[in-house]
Amino acid sequence: MSNYMVNLKINNIPVSVPEGSTIVQAANKLNFRIPTLCFHPDLSVAGNCRVCVVEITGARALAAACAMPVAEGMEVFTNSAKVRTARKHVIELLLSEHNADCTKCFKNGHCELQELAAEYRVGDHVFLDLVKASDKILDISSPSIQKDNSKCIRCQRCVRTCEELQAVGALAVACKGDHQRITTFMDKSLHNVVCTNCGQCINRCPTGALVERNYMEEVWDHINNPFKHVVVQTAPAVRIGLGEDLGLEPGHRVTGKLVSALKHIGFDSVLDTDFTADLTIMEEGTELLTRLKKAIVDKDETVTLPMTTSCSPGWIKFIEHTFPELLPNVSTCKSPQQMFGALAKTYYAQKKGLDPKNIVSVSIMPCTAKKFEANRPEMRASGYQDVDYVLTTRELAMMIKQAGIEFTKLDDMHYDSIMGEGTGAAVIFGATGGVMEAALRTAYEIVTGREVPFNNLNITPVRGMEGVREATITITGTRPEWSFLEGVEMKVAVAHGLVNAKELMTAVRDQKASYHFIEVMACPGGCLGGGGQPIPTSADIREKRAQAIYAEDEGLPIRKSHENPEVVQIYKDFLGEPLGHRSHALLHTHYKPRKRY
Amino acid sequence: MEHKTIKKVDIIFAKDTCNPRELLSKTLQRNPDDIILDIIDSGLKGRGGAGFPTGLKWKFTRNEVSEDKYVICNADEGEPGTFKDREILDQVPEKVFVGMAVCGYVIGAREGYIYLRGEYNFLLRSLNAKLETFNALMKELKFDFHISIRSGSGAYICGEESALFESMEGKRGEPRNKPPYPTRAGYNHKPTAINNVETLVYTTMITRLGPTEFKALGTQDSRGSKVFSVSGDTPIAGIYELELGMPLADFVDSFGDGDTKAVQVGGASGHCVPRKQFRDTIIGFEGIPTGGSMMIFNSSRSMYNVLHDYLEFFTEESCGQCTPCRVGCQQLLKGIEAVKRGERKPDYLEELKKLADTMKVAAKCGLGQSVANPFNSIVNNFREEIIY
Repeated sequence: MSNYMVNLKINNIPVSVPEGSTIVQAANKLNFRIPTLCFHPDLSVAGNCRVCVVEITGARALAAACAMPVAEGMEVFTNSAKVRTARKHVIELLLSEHNADCTKCFKNGHCELQELAAEYRVGDHVFLDLVKASDKILDISSPSIQKDNSKCIRCQRCVRTCEELQAVGALAVACKGDHQRITTFMDKSLHNVVCTNCGQCINRCPTGALVERNYMEEVWDHINNPFKHVVVQTAPAVRIGLGEDLGLEPGHRVTGKLVSALKHIGFDSVLDTDFTADLTIMEEGTELLTRLKKAIVDKDETVTLPMTTSCSPGWIKFIEHTFPELLPNVSTCKSPQQMFGALAKTYYAQKKGLDPKNIVSVSIMPCTAKKFEANRPEMRASGYQDVDYVLTTRELAMMIKQAGIEFTKLDDMHYDSIMGEGTGAAVIFGATGGVMEAALRTAYEIVTGREVPFNNLNITPVRGMEGVREATITITGTRPEWSFLEGVEMKVAVAHGLVNAKELMTAVRDQKASYHFIEVMACPGGCLGGGGQPIPTSADIREKRAQAIYAEDEGLPIRKSHENPEVVQIYKDFLGEPLGHRSHALLHTHYKPRKRY
Repeated sequence: MEHKTIKKVDIIFAKDTCNPRELLSKTLQRNPDDIILDIIDSGLKGRGGAGFPTGLKWKFTRNEVSEDKYVICNADEGEPGTFKDREILDQVPEKVFVGMAVCGYVIGAREGYIYLRGEYNFLLRSLNAKLETFNALMKELKFDFHISIRSGSGAYICGEESALFESMEGKRGEPRNKPPYPTRAGYNHKPTAINNVETLVYTTMITRLGPTEFKALGTQDSRGSKVFSVSGDTPIAGIYELELGMPLADFVDSFGDGDTKAVQVGGASGHCVPRKQFRDTIIGFEGIPTGGSMMIFNSSRSMYNVLHDYLEFFTEESCGQCTPCRVGCQQLLKGIEAVKRGERKPDYLEELKKLADTMKVAAKCGLGQSVANPFNSIVNNFREEIIY
């Protein structure tokens, strides 16, 4: 933004803002809030809902404050009679085409349109009801996302999200006029298009038009069933996001309270996805070193490099659709959720003396794509569906409220055992760059016998919020068995948000960039910005969550995956060795090419 | 106020008044700033309907610093009741090409595009043949300028200049936020001078003859003449070039069938003038401006049906992105139906007029903003026909 300052008046009060600022930004500086709906800080400006209209002296028409740049000497009124009439009309018009059955809506109490209607005390419906009966037919084809056209207000935030942040384009605007709608290619159901189930559209939908498929009632039923042993795993990013839905500011770590709440709710065993995140590092790190060895020592030309991570199910579905030719590059490791699921009904069942058919495996995820992932036919290594139900951070917050738990007053508790132990390396899986950092901490030490050469284990070059980050680590002082890596410059790259992943993988495909290892997370900021995390989201909120993740890491006694005692134990008792026979059967998977349409 | 009586003019379609080679070889020697001064001096305003001074538009585009600039001829003639650009492109396309070339020379553009309404694709073959000759002439004159044609796909909204750019860029035809205006960021977000077909022909004539002759026509606010598309209840429907500034009464005297009840000036998005206002209504920028459409209705016509048709049109042709237009059009349409059927009381029309007023100030582009013109003028003047 320019250094040149522009002077204007808003509601007769002078204000100076940098040239290029919008009226909304200038008004914020004076603490005048101008309501917006189609505006979202992560997206391009649309200016289409017209809720933010303001009056500018001398202009015939009102202006959309979200889109209108300030000008020297401009006089703006944010609440004049003309503005109030127009704004109220706009809200009434939106309500007239909106299925305002609020009490039955999943977003009841979390809806931006509902808030505006309440704020402007829209009472009697002045205008005619335009909701089409055909729009009330829900699209519940996807196990992750539910689309309800009757609640859509055409703000196009979802369309911009899908295109600008994710480069997926599953959602688009079709037709015009009274037939205009947000839909998929040829109006196919969400399950049958390129949708990656990432849920970023949900995070930005102002109404209940796009919400996650929720499975709270099913989980309650199992919790209340005395014949079922219900285990729950919690992903790293849940512990730094959950508080936001329960009255805390972004950036609050609530790990101990999260465990307490899950025990109060009645789960039989409260366990940690961090355990399998550490296990993922062992498997994936070994896989990477094996690929490197085959490529460098054995000169095996069938080995595919760079290797990419596979933890993010949104990323997996994206690459299956978009770069099917690059599928051999993807690590065969299942995601931590699915490793956990496979072990819950085998290793855990064995150790606890339980019949796996009576185990119900639930996971709490910052993610909606995990719901799809759990339903993939490949994910039944235990002989049962490995993970039965996936709940988002938001669904868990609702269950905590339903259970009457006063979350902020809970005592901290520890995860149960076994499969409840995690390291700092696992926690940072929740932030973009975290899997890379965790993998490097372990791989470097395996190869050299020394810790990574970064202050306090913090590999800062792979941290941050730039869309694509690169780093090079020169390996020196290798142990004899890894001497082939002596002097090798390990080139790694990290991308988050699929638009960045697409850019990175296009360069890889076109051989314009060469790396050894690539981490990709589908969502902006990584899992901490996942499609199942509390709403709202913004760069600022994601930054605070990231700080919380790294603070959690630094606060843990063990910060390297290979030092997780439960991980050491499971290899001793059950798995044998990384990439061993049993690992292969339970912890690794394969992918399938999918069409674009 | 100046009152002109009706006067037919023959500038646009006059044959043998434009020799591209002669005109351009002379014009390309001139200082571009002088050409702009002539256009400004002529008082020419855009003939597409909005009436922005053409000379200023060229000047602003010229003043922008950019490697790439574009000239676009807006031939997406979609306003109901307008059919003059089709005739111009059919009869005297060279005059349009010359206007584009002069504009390109003035603003510093190397590329020109004609955005041709999808329904006019039957003109493509002959236009392309003539363009081939014209583009060859540009080469011969060593003027680095090339014109090509882009076809629209039948959406009314793509006549709105920023939606037109989106359409040309291969995107959905939706109007953009303004500013920035096209003169700064138009097609491909580069400085663009976009002019109506007819406007470009007048610039050609002003370039040839200087501003004096053009200035002599019309009034202080509405210089020159204008091509009108006359339709409806008239025995002599067709295309007429008339001096601007005439009273509507004189127009009706010349073109009406003796039983004229109302004239819709400026197409569906224009104003409906009832008989009692004919005398006091001037056709021009000081009165009611028009992109050329003059629809004449006699006493056999139901003004409810007329308004209903217009609202159906807007309901369908709204791009749908902004709330006031997408939902407002539907509410106006269904609203008058509800009043007609007695499902809403007549005073619901007052609510609808307030809504139309909101659309006029809150819609994102000219389409939504102009729906209030026909709505309020018809409801105000023919209220009983809407209700009963």
